[in-house]
Amino acid sequence: MTLLGTWIAAFLTLAIFSFLYKDNPVYKFAEHLYVGVSAGYMVIYVWATDVRPLLLDPFVQTHLQTRSWAISFSQHASLFIPATLGVVMLLRTFPKISWVSRWPISFLVGIGAGLAITADVQGYLFPQVQATLVPLWVGGSVLTTFNNILLFVGVVGTLAYFYFSREHKGFLGGLSRIGVLFIMVAFGASFGYTVMARISLLIGRIHFLFADWLHVVH
Amino acid sequence: MSWLAKLEKIDRRWIFLGVALVVSAPLLLGLHSKVDITPPVKNTYEAIDRLPPGSVIMVSIDYDASTMPENQPMLLAVLRHAFQKNLKIILMGHWPLGLPVGTLGLDQVAREMHKTYGTDYVNLGFRPGTAAVMVNLGTEIRNVFPSDYRRVLLDSIPMMRGVHNYNDIRLLVGIEAGDTYEFWIIYVQARFGLKMAMGTTAVMAPTAYKYLQSGQLVGLIGGLKGAAEYESLIAHPGIGLAGMPAQSAGHLLIILFIILGNIGYFLSRRKKA
Repeated sequence: MTLLGTWIAAFLTLAIFSFLYKDNPVYKFAEHLYVGVSAGYMVIYVWATDVRPLLLDPFVQTHLQTRSWAISFSQHASLFIPATLGVVMLLRTFPKISWVSRWPISFLVGIGAGLAITADVQGYLFPQVQATLVPLWVGGSVLTTFNNILLFVGVVGTLAYFYFSREHKGFLGGLSRIGVLFIMVAFGASFGYTVMARISLLIGRIHFLFADWLHVVH
Repeated sequence: MSWLAKLEKIDRRWIFLGVALVVSAPLLLGLHSKVDITPPVKNTYEAIDRLPPGSVIMVSIDYDASTMPENQPMLLAVLRHAFQKNLKIILMGHWPLGLPVGTLGLDQVAREMHKTYGTDYVNLGFRPGTAAVMVNLGTEIRNVFPSDYRRVLLDSIPMMRGVHNYNDIRLLVGIEAGDTYEFWIIYVQARFGLKMAMGTTAVMAPTAYKYLQSGQLVGLIGGLKGAAEYESLIAHPGIGLAGMPAQSAGHLLIILFIILGNIGYFLSRRKKA
């Protein structure tokens, strides 16, 4: 079974790589298979780990214990709320009554906003601002002093670049140009890391082909 | 046709072939290279190393097969280290397609290190609702996961006795391929004060550094290079270390292409002028 799986994986890897030469039916097959299998797998996984154990099983188990659907429904009445909201969400596919799906969406937006506003301030804004408030002179450590000044200039310059209420001339223009330099360095770092990531993924697939499929490396 | 004109019209498939050859050769030749340990990876290692035996750590699988070559080596390295230190591991995840990949890794390392399910490690599985799940785990794990991924009640699992919320967990290690790690930081680190370290794909590493600088993360393992460093620290070479010569060769070729591209650009601009 493992051997068969390895051969299928090797074939699909080569099928996807074949796109680098040119678009072809083998590549299309592998691409469509990936999308289909992923979607199918996700549906089954969510059904098996969530919908059935958390929504259906409580009703069934209570019914098996009490031999009464009435007791089962009354004991787990609260589960009807998420179940109804979930079903209503699916009504988006029917244009005439799709407006009903806004109810669960508004519920989700409300929860999301409530959670996110406090969390963003508490976990993102304050700690990041606090981390920027560093001493510009650290006695005995030239490197830390240099780093802190660099951080300060970078933050102020970048903020100046994104300040659009005044024309970028004079002092503000100079500051925003410094900001551009820092932004370019950040883009360069991101690009470098992206190259690294893509090469790593290629290494992973080539290592699989050589080690697990062809057994030419260990 | 001048070499410059030829360079401008080069079929990009030659470039793909060049990259494939340059990456394949070091793997085929079995080349090895040493890696320097960077502070973010060393801090992650030390955060795990300092924990007393029996401490519970949580590992979150927030990636799937598409970034497995980067994330899986770091997961294996962290699990090996944690089991070596006799720590208890709770595995869970927010990516339904990723959890089977994480489960594979956990089962592999547990087998290697003779660890027992339910005593040394537990796999909680997946629940949808990322932020809501994270916040609820802070109150009571059983509210979100009444049972593990095999549908065994948590109360009947020996390792979970006395483990109820983040107060009972000493460290979270997130293995990440998307923005889920930011959810962990803003919803859990800030609110509950749980110590956390992240293993991220290289693409995400630059944005994760700001959390390291602010002290919200104790450590960061960035990409395959980070995984190689961790493998080096635990003295257990894996695909991370094996891939480093290929990684360096690939980078050198890309740098060469960038230099050639720039030379071509400036020469053609001068010619037009």
